[in-house]
Amino acid sequence: MQTATEAVIYNKAGQRIVSPDYLLFEAPRTKHFMTGSEAVKEAVKRASVDASVSYPITPQSEAAHLIGELWVEGYVGVYFRGESEFGVMSEIAGCAMAGARTITTTSGPGTLRAFENFPMWAGTRIPVQLVLMARGVNSPLSIQPDNLEVGFLLDTGCMIWYAENAQDLFDMILAGFTVAEQPDVHVPVITVVDGFFVSHTREAVMLPPDDIALPPYNPYKAPMPVIDAEVPPGRFLRDPFVMKSNYISYATHASWQWEVRSAIERSRPYAKHYLRGLIEEFGDPSAELVFVACGTAAAQAKEAVRLLEEEGIRARVVKLKTIRPFPIEELKQAVKGAKYIFVPEFNVVGWLEREVRRYLYGHSEAEVIGAPRVAGGMTMPAEVIVKEVLKLTGKEVKHVI
Amino acid sequence: MSYKIYEINEDLLDVMPQEIRDLQFRATWGNPKRGVMDLPYSKELIEEHSLCAGCPESMALRYILASLPNPEDTIIINSTGCTSLVFPHIALHTVHSLFGNQNAVASGIKRVLEWRFPDKVKDVVVLAGDGATVDIGLDCTLQSFFRQEKITTICFDNEVYANTGGQESGLTVKGHVFKMAPKGKQWDKVPFWQIAIDSGCHYVARLTVSSPKRVETVIKKAIYVAREVGPTYVHLYTPCILEIGLNSDDGLDEMRQRDKERFAFFEYVSEPAKEVIERKKEEGLL
Ligand SMILES: Cc1ncc(C[n+]2csc(CCOP(=O)(O)OP(=O)(O)O)c2C)c(N)n1
Ligand code: SF4
Repeated sequence: MQTATEAVIYNKAGQRIVSPDYLLFEAPRTKHFMTGSEAVKEAVKRASVDASVSYPITPQSEAAHLIGELWVEGYVGVYFRGESEFGVMSEIAGCAMAGARTITTTSGPGTLRAFENFPMWAGTRIPVQLVLMARGVNSPLSIQPDNLEVGFLLDTGCMIWYAENAQDLFDMILAGFTVAEQPDVHVPVITVVDGFFVSHTREAVMLPPDDIALPPYNPYKAPMPVIDAEVPPGRFLRDPFVMKSNYISYATHASWQWEVRSAIERSRPYAKHYLRGLIEEFGDPSAELVFVACGTAAAQAKEAVRLLEEEGIRARVVKLKTIRPFPIEELKQAVKGAKYIFVPEFNVVGWLEREVRRYLYGHSEAEVIGAPRVAGGMTMPAEVIVKEVLKLTGKEVKHVI
Repeated sequence: MSYKIYEINEDLLDVMPQEIRDLQFRATWGNPKRGVMDLPYSKELIEEHSLCAGCPESMALRYILASLPNPEDTIIINSTGCTSLVFPHIALHTVHSLFGNQNAVASGIKRVLEWRFPDKVKDVVVLAGDGATVDIGLDCTLQSFFRQEKITTICFDNEVYANTGGQESGLTVKGHVFKMAPKGKQWDKVPFWQIAIDSGCHYVARLTVSSPKRVETVIKKAIYVAREVGPTYVHLYTPCILEIGLNSDDGLDEMRQRDKERFAFFEYVSEPAKEVIERKKEEGLL
């Protein structure tokens, strides 16, 4: 509500500026039926985005096209197609260094081609947002869903959030900028969603009106000087150049890496607020059988909980919304009393299982079971999850798979 | 940016280091006519550096920094290599991000600055070695030309990967034995100035840095044309005296030698660029 003395502020696209809290929690929402890619467009439309650079790769191309449409419509300031993902992530870095709120999207092999850029983004403390529509990595050639690539990204110094569905994705993109741009955080955020399962699936999404938007990015609040020649330059590079071989430069480099990791830690309270908690729980809180999952694996685990109920087995799901920062305390609390922890995943290596084991080591008596695991585009029907549980309990497997 | 931003608070004047005071009292901000002739009398935009003694790259950097028409609003993008050791000593906004992505980073910066400051001139200059420009970064370099990004790209061609200890590059001359070309370079030096023309640059020059005044004119033309028309490219021979086995005081002679052959002065100017250059001459800026 506007009071009489308050001036209404508009962004460059003519949308009314509202607080992130209003946009995310208070604004009235209406139901729309759309794909995950369209949800990206709707989020970007309300995010006062300054710049986006794109490169096609299935399944994210459509989201990138739609951001281009927003540029034509005047919602995005700068938009073009780069030469490759390596080029795009570098161009994105330039856009953000020059003071723009910047977003891009990619998938699978594109992520790996761009890889050298992600630690560079983190090291230069730019609050870029990458929407990653996870997909299989060649070879053999695959465009299918698989989230192996996320395992590679975990320790780049970027925040990693994981959306379960189009609604999560919409809200996370808006929250992502808000959290990433906090002056005491100011590191990139990679918002992951499972390709195809979410990007290409139509579902109900509750959206606030499109004539309101996030407050524009203020680059002068950044902890590093913005590269726009509007402030006197320090005698340093954007990333302090510390490759001289002496103890001070080693210490500087090491402390900088710790600082980037600390920045991710400092995002916890903000992420907790804007995401309504770093985890989400589903099912019987007293059940001894717990699924820990993220993305669509969490959605399928929720279905499995319902099927297990029919088998007379009580189970619950702990969905992780953030992987970096890892919700350590939340997970420890949530698995108190658990006997079995299943970690269903859409990749062959089980990176989430590794994470869960690492953080629960010495803090939980439960047996951690890294299953089921599917890859290469295979779906994970709830029955596959149920089968794993029944195998463990020695029960007959009734469901036909 | 206003160059007045360099003015030191009066109460702090006596405690500021001399180099910072010099930036206020002896620098050449705000004067588009600044040039290499100011070097002996004014504060240079570069402090001491960690290049090898007598390295022609250091001369090139001094001349280029002295020639920028608009240093107070110029951003320089660099790449990994010998030049990147100099960048922490430059009193401008500079960026080093990775090896080979300099033209991509510059594209992002230029486009956002044009959008954020539509009424101001912000010059974006890329400065990198031959390995960065023509080998690992070739894709980003060429594509920035194709996209007609309004940036100036300067290549320091020392015909070798110097910073990693003397490996052959795409710009090494045929037959030359360098590390990783133990039988001698197998193919010809890439004529990148020609590729730059064919790829859409509006002003292209090839030269050594033996003549400071000539470097100044070329850099100014390249920046003025990039500002108004599109991509420009300057190819400078800055021999790696270390890797070709010359003494610290041999760099200048080496360049004068090459002035007569493979780095003979060459200049290409597109039609729209000619118009800009003529106008700048009339304004007394060239
Ligand atoms: C991705 C990547 N590959 C390799 C390197 C190692 N590297 C650092 S500098 C350099 C050579 C630079 O050569 P050039 O661009 O010609 O500049 P110069 O040092 O000769 O001035 C190489 C290969 C790197 N930093 N990053
Ligand atoms: S190694 Fe060669 S190019 Fe590098 S600073 Fe020394 S002389 Fe110059």
